[in-house]
Amino acid sequence: MGKDKLVIEKPLYDRLPIAKPMVGVAGKTGLWRVEKPVVNNSKCTRCFLCEIYCPVNVIRVEPETGVEIDYDYCKGCGICADVCPVNAIEMKPE
Amino acid sequence: MGEKLVLTGNYAVAYAAKLARVDIVAAYPITPQTTIVEKIAELIESGEMDAIMINVESEHSALAATFGAAVAGARVLTATSSHGLMYMHEYLHWTSRARIPVVLALVTRTLAPGWNIWSSHDDFYGQRDTGWILSFALDNQEVLDTTIQAFKISEDPRVYLPVLVALDAFILSHTSMPVELPDEKQVAEWLGPRRQGYVVDGRELLAIGNLTWPEDTEEMVMDLWRAMEESYNVIKEVDREYGKLFGRSYGGLIQCINCSDAKYLAVAMGAWSGDLMEAVNMLREEGYSIGVLRVRFYRPFPHRDIWEYARGVKGLIVYDRAISFGAWGQLYTDTVAGLYQYTTKLPIISNVIAGVGGVNVTAEEFYELTKNFIEKIEGGEEPPRITWYHRR
Amino acid sequence: MSRPKPPLPYNMREVLQPGDAACPGCPIPMAWKVLSAVFGEKMILVIPACCSSVVVGPYPGNALKASIIHVAFASAAAVASGVAEALKRRGINDVQVIAWAGDGGTADIGMASLSGAAERNHDFIYIMYDNEAYMNTGIQRSGATPYGAWTTTTPIIGKTEHKKDVARIMIAHNVPYVATASVGYPHDLYAKLQRAKKIRGFKFIHLHAPCPVGWRFDPRYTVRIAKLAVETGLWILYEYYDGKIHLSGASRPYIDPARRKPIEEYLKYQGRFRNITPEKIEEIKRYVEMNWNWIKKHM
Repeated sequence: MGKDKLVIEKPLYDRLPIAKPMVGVAGKTGLWRVEKPVVNNSKCTRCFLCEIYCPVNVIRVEPETGVEIDYDYCKGCGICADVCPVNAIEMKPE
Repeated sequence: MGEKLVLTGNYAVAYAAKLARVDIVAAYPITPQTTIVEKIAELIESGEMDAIMINVESEHSALAATFGAAVAGARVLTATSSHGLMYMHEYLHWTSRARIPVVLALVTRTLAPGWNIWSSHDDFYGQRDTGWILSFALDNQEVLDTTIQAFKISEDPRVYLPVLVALDAFILSHTSMPVELPDEKQVAEWLGPRRQGYVVDGRELLAIGNLTWPEDTEEMVMDLWRAMEESYNVIKEVDREYGKLFGRSYGGLIQCINCSDAKYLAVAMGAWSGDLMEAVNMLREEGYSIGVLRVRFYRPFPHRDIWEYARGVKGLIVYDRAISFGAWGQLYTDTVAGLYQYTTKLPIISNVIAGVGGVNVTAEEFYELTKNFIEKIEGGEEPPRITWYHRR
Repeated sequence: MSRPKPPLPYNMREVLQPGDAACPGCPIPMAWKVLSAVFGEKMILVIPACCSSVVVGPYPGNALKASIIHVAFASAAAVASGVAEALKRRGINDVQVIAWAGDGGTADIGMASLSGAAERNHDFIYIMYDNEAYMNTGIQRSGATPYGAWTTTTPIIGKTEHKKDVARIMIAHNVPYVATASVGYPHDLYAKLQRAKKIRGFKFIHLHAPCPVGWRFDPRYTVRIAKLAVETGLWILYEYYDGKIHLSGASRPYIDPARRKPIEEYLKYQGRFRNITPEKIEEIKRYVEMNWNWIKKHM
């Protein structure tokens, strides 16, 4: 099994349909936002729900400082505000 | 000298897979391809061949699984016929555009309805524009040799395109002929390990086939075209090397017999070229200046080689075992367009459609048809450009 | 202040790169974060035509720090079969092959290849993320669209047939592991993927994934609606292994109809059920009860 070593060699004509991991593959998706999640960290209990559910992976719950959102990419869907059990996140018009 | 066995064309494919040390075979049964897969299964289960067989639930999945295994770094083979190939068709495009080496054995068979298991070349021509290298064997020895060569061509970094090796239903697939097997170690050494342009195996993080904008897509397709152009030289080189090592080569993309001084050429592809050669021998004996040009690789189309022999001839008669409805035979179309790359003064080129649905065409019939063509021209007449030859 | 224990491992953060091409509120990348927590970068996703083909973004970029093979619509399970066998052949056993397909690519056009791969018991996980219609092409009805739902091809009277129950079809294949899951329950999905990871052979997960665009709801409600589907008893979370249904914790209370929320709660958030009639709601209730009876019988 696996008797021969596989050889990977670049093609002579090398425009292949190969993509590689990239941040912002669809651009700065924060520009799509119509409403912005605003966090009241004094209310935050560090339960992590907003981070877990955030579909864009832009929320970080830091134990010391609370919720941090990367607004460059946050699409403003509002899921974080909806799942927050203590209403520490509010959606406000841009 | 290698071992000599009496093999059907289908068994020749199976032994070629073994000699090429194929890792994975995925296939679905269809007459007349079945005995390829049966033989491979037997070779694997008896321990003669070290490979994994995936008995998939359809031809679409056969090539899809083959593609998946190839992308993940395995040397692969699949085989099919007729409607099986039609069902696979989507994946022929997928494989070539992914530029992944794959070898497919096609036992050419007529399309339905009505159900017909005999050979014509409709299924083969249906893959003309898929970006596959398309070859067609003359006999079982060539089936074996071309299948081995196909791996070398497909896995060449100048090419990285899938290769199809065609053999006629029953005429080759189920007919036994003596076939010499090259030495296994020597083949392994020559082919070397599996080679490809990229691999998806979780090491380097690659995504194959993301959404692509028009300009990028066009550039990728242009590179596929360049690779296909480049394959012309690779095919010749591979055939020469093979000849040096194993004692058999086939003239690269075409084989031309009695051509050097010929005033006329008869052009064909596949097993019936053998009958045509016999007919041409008869004509030669009667003093006709004619040669047979057998197309061994249809894609890339060997227009350069055809021009080399067609330069200065008075007429070409092209035999097609299929038709592009509303136009002409496919080989004819390509021959005319191919020669036009080199001259605006074409010789007379006629097209005979015959043998469709597996109708047998004998050497005597080829003799009559070809002789008629020559006589007409010599007598100052214009032979018809396209004829459907059908006799009952 | 001591660092609180995160409810899911931090590597949930690793794979999905911000700035993907999903619509706001899309459940797909949400589920990918759970895959990330289980497999990290060591996964090969085989993705047929579906929303995800777009969500990962255009060439030359890719939103996932993982391997992806985009494949033709009907073929996810077949390609994954080939990949799994090639990795086995090459002795690579630290990479998880995952066929990641939508409901159309699974319940409709991909059914034959799925069935074949399951029967052959190839070693990979098939995840059907179910947004209950052809969303990528513009919300056309699929075999997994539920009864009564509006789609662009059931535009006036809604779908007149029930949803195809693919998990049950897969159970009938006698594969080692089948589960249902929901994007609303990431911990549950995490546990199921962990179990699937340890099992050799074919694993199938039917993942319920509410789509804001296609179901006509505000994107902020994706999780709420996913949970309501479970809380109303409409979507039942379970695992199947060792010949039995194992009801998942989140669905356990709802074996008792009295503890379920009214179906109307779930329907009212979704524009696709705006024109549903009381008779049709009764039919949905009958269907839900029938599903529960089947579950109870096989526990």
